Amino acid sequence: MRASSSADNGAGRAELATTDGRQQLRLSGDWTLPHYAALSGEVAALRAGLPPDLAVDVAQLGALDTAGAALLLHLLGQERLRSLLGGGSALPAERRALLQAVAQAVGERPEPLAEPRHSALGDVLEHVGITVGVFRRHLTDLLGFIGLTLEALFLTLLRPWRWRMTSLIANLEKTALDAVPIVALLTFLVGAVVAFLGATVLADFGASIFTVDLVAFSFLREFGVLLTAILVAGRTASAFTAQIGSMKANEEIDAIRVLGLNPIELLVLPRVFALLLALPMLTFIAMLSGIVGGMLVCALTLDISPVMFLSIFENDVGLRHFLVGLAKAPVFAFLIAVIGCMEGFKVSGSAQSVGEHTTSAVVQSIFVVILLDAVAALFCMEMGW
Amino acid sequence: MAIESPELPPLVSLRGVRFAYGEREVLRGIDLSVHRGQVVAIMGGSGCGKTTLLRLIGGQLKATGGTVEVAGHDLAALGNADLYALRRRMGMLFQFGALFTDMSVFDNVAFPLREHTDLPAGMVRDLVLMKLQAVGLRGAAALMPSELSGGMARRVALARAVALDPMLILYDEPFAGLDPISLGIIGQLIRRLNDALGASSVMVTHDVHESLGIVDYVYFVSEGRIVARGTPDEIRASTDPFVHQFVNAEADGPVPFHYPAPAIAEQLGGGVG
Repeated sequence: MRASSSADNGAGRAELATTDGRQQLRLSGDWTLPHYAALSGEVAALRAGLPPDLAVDVAQLGALDTAGAALLLHLLGQERLRSLLGGGSALPAERRALLQAVAQAVGERPEPLAEPRHSALGDVLEHVGITVGVFRRHLTDLLGFIGLTLEALFLTLLRPWRWRMTSLIANLEKTALDAVPIVALLTFLVGAVVAFLGATVLADFGASIFTVDLVAFSFLREFGVLLTAILVAGRTASAFTAQIGSMKANEEIDAIRVLGLNPIELLVLPRVFALLLALPMLTFIAMLSGIVGGMLVCALTLDISPVMFLSIFENDVGLRHFLVGLAKAPVFAFLIAVIGCMEGFKVSGSAQSVGEHTTSAVVQSIFVVILLDAVAALFCMEMGW
Repeated sequence: MAIESPELPPLVSLRGVRFAYGEREVLRGIDLSVHRGQVVAIMGGSGCGKTTLLRLIGGQLKATGGTVEVAGHDLAALGNADLYALRRRMGMLFQFGALFTDMSVFDNVAFPLREHTDLPAGMVRDLVLMKLQAVGLRGAAALMPSELSGGMARRVALARAVALDPMLILYDEPFAGLDPISLGIIGQLIRRLNDALGASSVMVTHDVHESLGIVDYVYFVSEGRIVARGTPDEIRASTDPFVHQFVNAEADGPVPFHYPAPAIAEQLGGGVG
């Protein structure tokens, strides 16, 4: 917003001079942003000692921009500036326009605002408070959404003609069938790792034969279902959020409502049912694959042949361990699906919001899965299951 | 233009409707009625509560005060099942169409028919092709929404909105982001479909000139209130300062140029001294 494009006139200056017995303020040089710091020092020093009737000499004034104009206004005050801008002024028209615009916008400059004071402890407490509030809101949202889902579930359960088989099968393919390779591979590797650990540690006690039990117990009771649930939370909860979220951003959810349909019934139920079926199946695959991984390591490093592995397995491990593990799968599946869908519905408008809620869905569902698994492990231990 | 029947009660009537998003009051007492056969436009600046008003009529939001009546039913008193039943008699066109992205044009238009009726597949097909013919896109039936231009998507969405022959059609910014030709097409379609179906239409828009050409009645909304109303001719002749500012697209007037803020001096005070 430079009013003059003339060559560099040096830093702006303001001097008080006395000519013909009258005090005169002489402005010279460039009153522009690069000289702002130096100028504001001068302005502050001069400002207090200015007499009320002051002539201003602007003949030497170089360039002037918005920052310079604001300083000039600060130095002279509204009254003097108005007389400077008035008739017979030596200022060119474009300078006058700039000064006038700045004077109008700023008005009389008050004392600078005091910075609000922060204390570190206060900030920490505030942050903790906000986080607790957010956590509470997430919890009530989740419970509310579970309620909505269950309501739609019971209403639809009694009306088989309203079951959406096509959508269910399509979701089942995406959540179960397509997830088999990654679930099988990862649990196979973890099974092998657990067996290695067991072989190393238990060998010191001459009890390496118990590696079989270690692998079997850990995969049937915990790792099979937990690893699968975490994988599915990352893979499927995020997909649900992204699918429903982009529909929300595109007003498709509103369109469904306006068409007189319940989006929960249309979008959430098929996904929840699909995952309720998919997770137990995937868990079973994960258990098998993890145990096979352990079996391979046993055969290679401990000389426990697969036949022997299986006979130890049969002798030591009861069916209930398998049931304890598998019983958790539907619970996890329900929560993962509900959290994924809920976060999708929370998306508002933008693509950025889709991303935020997808992240949130994954974090929440993994958190809930691990928390519940820990509670379940304690519970089963107390019950002696 | 439309046949007004004063002896019949209005199809849509809002009395003293208020609405707030949390603390922020968006609507502060709206009175408005739509008679059968009419096309009514609700105009106002961006963010003045027009779309909220449309959502209240569609029953997607519930008013915090006043009554919203559609076809003689008070929406606040309706249960969920009745509300869904009433919505099936309304069609709504969303700002950017809101077509289901994973379905073809044909399936999009067929969706409400398949969901709400037990028609045989051949009948559904004929009905869908007729609706697509009405919006001039029968040839695009096999395309996916991602292959359509903005104007075409809007027309497909219009075909979907009228698939069940609704009594009331709601339009949310039907003209936003369209080129002049598509804009004219949509305008004409809105009028033609309304008259052909014997429906009523409510249109939220800020496109003054296009909408004044096709509507029967206009309401101007500003700061949550109806500030002016009238037929297009009355609006064009209006001396109301708000209508004047709106119709002539002036920057400052009753609708201020500046968003409310503390005096600029208070905010600029940090630099000097």
